[in-house]
Amino acid sequence: MLDQLEGIKQQALEALNSVRDEAALEQWRTQFLARNSALVQSLKQLSTLSAEDRPKVGQKANEVKLTLEAALEERRSAMGQQRLQHSLGSEGLDVTLPGRPRPLGRLHPITQTLRRISAIFAEMGFQVYRSRDVETDEYNFQLLNFPPNHPAREMQDSFYIEGGSQDNPVMLRTHTSAGQIHAMRQYSAQNPKNPPPVRIILPGMCYRYEQISARSEVQFTQVEGLAVGERITFGDLKGTLTDFAQRFFDAEVRTRFRASHFPFTEPSAEMDVECFVCHGAGCSVCKHSGWLEILGSGVVHPIVLRNGGYDPERYSGFAFGLGPERLTMLRYRIEDIRYFWRNDVRFLEQFS
Amino acid sequence: MRIPISWLKEFVNLDDISVEDLAYKLTMAGLEVEEIQYVGLPMPSAKGLSHARLSGIAWDRAKIVVGEIREVTPHPNADRLVLCRLYDGKQEHIVLTGAPHLFEYKGKGELKKPIKVAYAKQGAEIYDGHQPGFQKTILKRTKIRGVESSSMVCSEKELGISEEHEGIIILGSDAEPGMPLADYMGDAVLTIAITPNIARDANIYGVAREVSALLGRKLKPMPAKFKAQGPSVRGKAKIEIKEPELNPRFVLGLIKGIQIKPSPGWVQRRLSLAGMRPINNIVDATNYAMLELGEPLHAFDYDVLVQRAGGKAPTIITRLAKKGEKLTTLDGVERKLDGFTVLVCDTAGALSIAGVMGGAESEVTEKTRSVLLEGAAWNFINIRKTLNSQRLSSEAAYRFSRGVHPAMALRGVSRGLELMRLWAGGTVNEGLIDKYPLPAKPSVVEIAPEDARRWLGLQLTSAQMAAILRRLEFGVRTQGQKLAVTSPDHRLDIGEGVVGMADLMEEIARVYGYEKIAATRMADELPPQRGNRTLEIEERIRDLLARLGLQEIMTYRLTTPEQEARRLPAGTLPDDKPYVRVANPISQERVVLRKSLLASVLETVERNANLREHLAVFEIGEVFHASEAGPLPDELPRLVLAMAGPREPQHWEAADAGPVDFYDMKGIVGGLLDGLNLGELRYEPGQHPAFHPGKCARVLSGDRQLGVFGELHPQVQSQYDLPRRPVQIATFNLDAIYDVVPERFDSVSVPAYPPVLEDLAFVVSEAIPAGQVEALIRQTGGRLLASLSLFDVYRGEQIGAGKKSLAYQLTYQDPERTLTDEDVAKLRSRIVKRLEQEFGAQLRA
Repeated sequence: MLDQLEGIKQQALEALNSVRDEAALEQWRTQFLARNSALVQSLKQLSTLSAEDRPKVGQKANEVKLTLEAALEERRSAMGQQRLQHSLGSEGLDVTLPGRPRPLGRLHPITQTLRRISAIFAEMGFQVYRSRDVETDEYNFQLLNFPPNHPAREMQDSFYIEGGSQDNPVMLRTHTSAGQIHAMRQYSAQNPKNPPPVRIILPGMCYRYEQISARSEVQFTQVEGLAVGERITFGDLKGTLTDFAQRFFDAEVRTRFRASHFPFTEPSAEMDVECFVCHGAGCSVCKHSGWLEILGSGVVHPIVLRNGGYDPERYSGFAFGLGPERLTMLRYRIEDIRYFWRNDVRFLEQFS
Repeated sequence: MRIPISWLKEFVNLDDISVEDLAYKLTMAGLEVEEIQYVGLPMPSAKGLSHARLSGIAWDRAKIVVGEIREVTPHPNADRLVLCRLYDGKQEHIVLTGAPHLFEYKGKGELKKPIKVAYAKQGAEIYDGHQPGFQKTILKRTKIRGVESSSMVCSEKELGISEEHEGIIILGSDAEPGMPLADYMGDAVLTIAITPNIARDANIYGVAREVSALLGRKLKPMPAKFKAQGPSVRGKAKIEIKEPELNPRFVLGLIKGIQIKPSPGWVQRRLSLAGMRPINNIVDATNYAMLELGEPLHAFDYDVLVQRAGGKAPTIITRLAKKGEKLTTLDGVERKLDGFTVLVCDTAGALSIAGVMGGAESEVTEKTRSVLLEGAAWNFINIRKTLNSQRLSSEAAYRFSRGVHPAMALRGVSRGLELMRLWAGGTVNEGLIDKYPLPAKPSVVEIAPEDARRWLGLQLTSAQMAAILRRLEFGVRTQGQKLAVTSPDHRLDIGEGVVGMADLMEEIARVYGYEKIAATRMADELPPQRGNRTLEIEERIRDLLARLGLQEIMTYRLTTPEQEARRLPAGTLPDDKPYVRVANPISQERVVLRKSLLASVLETVERNANLREHLAVFEIGEVFHASEAGPLPDELPRLVLAMAGPREPQHWEAADAGPVDFYDMKGIVGGLLDGLNLGELRYEPGQHPAFHPGKCARVLSGDRQLGVFGELHPQVQSQYDLPRRPVQIATFNLDAIYDVVPERFDSVSVPAYPPVLEDLAFVVSEAIPAGQVEALIRQTGGRLLASLSLFDVYRGEQIGAGKKSLAYQLTYQDPERTLTDEDVAKLRSRIVKRLEQEFGAQLRA
């Protein structure tokens, strides 16, 4: 009997070796492990055996059954693996086909630059103050120490609006500096005897009567800055704007301040930064000067402080004006300023 | 302002400083050198760094030298050419030239007085005299009419001095043959941008004064003396000033017996380098004096004036023009004058527009023998008004319109008379006639070291401050720590009090050097925190729309009514708001401020329509409406969105290539407003002429309309160059959005108990908007209906004509417990009943 069981085992394991597919495996199971298989039948005959043989044969029959079941499981799992491998092999994709595009929204490059500028100045305590595009001559010029017919006005050719008065025409602001007076007056009115300190930037659209070309536009954005307090100096102007340049361009960049002239500041300075393309060695971007003109600035003129309600004997301050288009053009090597308002998607899509 | 270095050297020593270093120092001190034009002097090697543009030509020291013409002989084959026997310091050459100067010497044998010329040898780099403009060329060996030629005698043009190419340059007899020409007359010209605050420097002496202050070198005295050998000028002319405010000073001098002829060569060359055309010795003398000292002069033919005065001594009268008065100026234009324009007249009538341009009649001519020379002071604002009104410009007006100190009138006339005497002969009458009814008062400003500390952040002693100011010719008196500073009599730009203080701080900082002032961080108190709510909301909107896949654009705010009219169907009645119009438009395309942001955005869509199939853009910006409240228009912030093209970008396995429709835009609008936490919104059919009447909605928060969106009216679409694909647009009034955006919102806890999901479909009449069905379900479901979403709309035979089936997924949820089947069944039947009662809705099995 024991030999018979051993024979079944050998026969079954041998037969399993030649099983090639699921159907054959099922057939094998039916043949060797199903109810009417020789093995199961032999277990049923245990009762006919002697009490002495019964445990031995029973043990053997169980062992054979477990062995065959384990072999079946192993075989089944191997065949599953094989099947999976086979199907994975046939499911390969052309990974070089383009993916499904998701539309990516973007901000206009000038918005991006304005945000960078605002963020840097915000960390230095400058808050944003906005004022109108259409101004009076008084706010755009007169209160900023540009008297009527003054030669300084030649530096800013202006658009005027129909219907204004002769003495105080309505115009499109030529700089956001016009907002300086609005802001100072608003703050000083809150406490005329002790006006609070001012630290603001004034972003916005400005307009000048200039022929449109690759380098100049009738409409452009500007960020004016103004700091007024009881202890603010030209040295602070240099420090603050150098800090800005080092944040905006790179931490090592050098700055240079040249004497200049703006009617609403005195002394006035142009700030140049070392060319970030050639690092001061001279290249076509900096026109072989090693430096890039970045902004105009200066100590706020006493007349302007006074017009804003700040006593120039006690208060001092500095102001500056940045051109976001110029900064953007330098940063991305943009050749033509007209790209900004033309809004060709082939241009805009480059700035994510 | 063009400043030849050679001229500058007459007033300040420039040994041991290169042209480039000088230009750098001037630039840093506010006299920006825009260009350095080399006229012979060596140029910096290769690609040196320079703030200024570099141009011009350096004369090769070995190949361009002083030559000496010893004999002039005819050319064997050409009448218009001569051969020169020329000595170059080492040997003689035969040089060919066509210069008319030399024809008179032809065949005269050995010249007694050799002619000194600029001689260029083979291989020298010069400008091509025969090409228009200035083109560099290398002098080569050639044969002209059978005679070998490898070198040449140069014209001014060939050496880059002027455009003159008719004749050759004749040098002074002091020029040594063989000497490098660069050593004899090599020069460089600085072009300096004169900002309004340095109007006093629009002349050689002014720049020399700055250079002397910046380098700490001595400034030579101003050349303002003349040698008089004639009788006193007294009684030879009279001056009457009617408007001293406009004409504070008027000075006249007289020279007789002059001979009009060309100026000496060096004078002509110097004027050319400074940018003025040489005319004759008298006109050149006035220009030379003006360029040198900054005082424009005017030369009258004295004999003509005497004749006009009927043989008597002329009286010069300055007065305002009469209404409608006319004058023909030197440029041949008859000008109608304004009442504010000042004229220089005599008893017979107007002679010139004061400070701007002379009249034709009293001008110096070939026949002039006596000159009455005018130097005056004019109110610069008034001169500007005249310039603007007459659309005139001149070198004189350039200076007078920026302010010239009255003290310069006397100096200018003195200098002019002396130059005329030197170049035109004649005798100068003793003295000057000087009317000075309104003497300029110098400013006196008190400053102290504390001012430099407070204004500049600079620690200086009063002695250091005084030294700087004295270098600029300020008068300085020391009173302990304080300085009493008096402005010099060549500048008008120093104010009084605290303004004067700032003016002096600028001078001190400039000359001391900005680069030496330490950069510091502000030590001042921070201002109160104010924030900027509208900007913050605007920036949130930008971010939300970019996240929703839209591209931001920024467009022109100047446009035309015609461009904007395209945004409405032709024939739409215009609104009654007038445009804000530009009084002086620069082009026909930019005449008004925009009234509609929609028009700007549609133009952008139009421009890009052929570049990209799928477009989704937005702009935030102001529109401008004329205001009834005052001259300033209302500036109203708007937001406009536009989408067109296929819903999904083009792809090789496109899932949905259908065009964007109303519901795409509604999705974007909903996403935006949801992102702003606006809470419950209401959508209603909208009406707007730019929109398709059946595909337009307005969105409200409470009773406040925020915006309108939908499909662009097909008729509007046809007014743009757009493909035949629907365009979806949305337009918002940002002021309304600012009003309703909450400062904060309450979050909702994540439920701890499981929800129950259920799908219900209702058949209702087409006439009932889905929004109403939804609202009723929500209302009935109450707090246990956690969410509701429409997942299918069906129309078809199964449900009959005029009806639609709306299929919703409902999520029931009780935050406090698990809902039972019974709870759900109760809720469901309540909803079904309500819908049946209100809308006759049938639950679809």
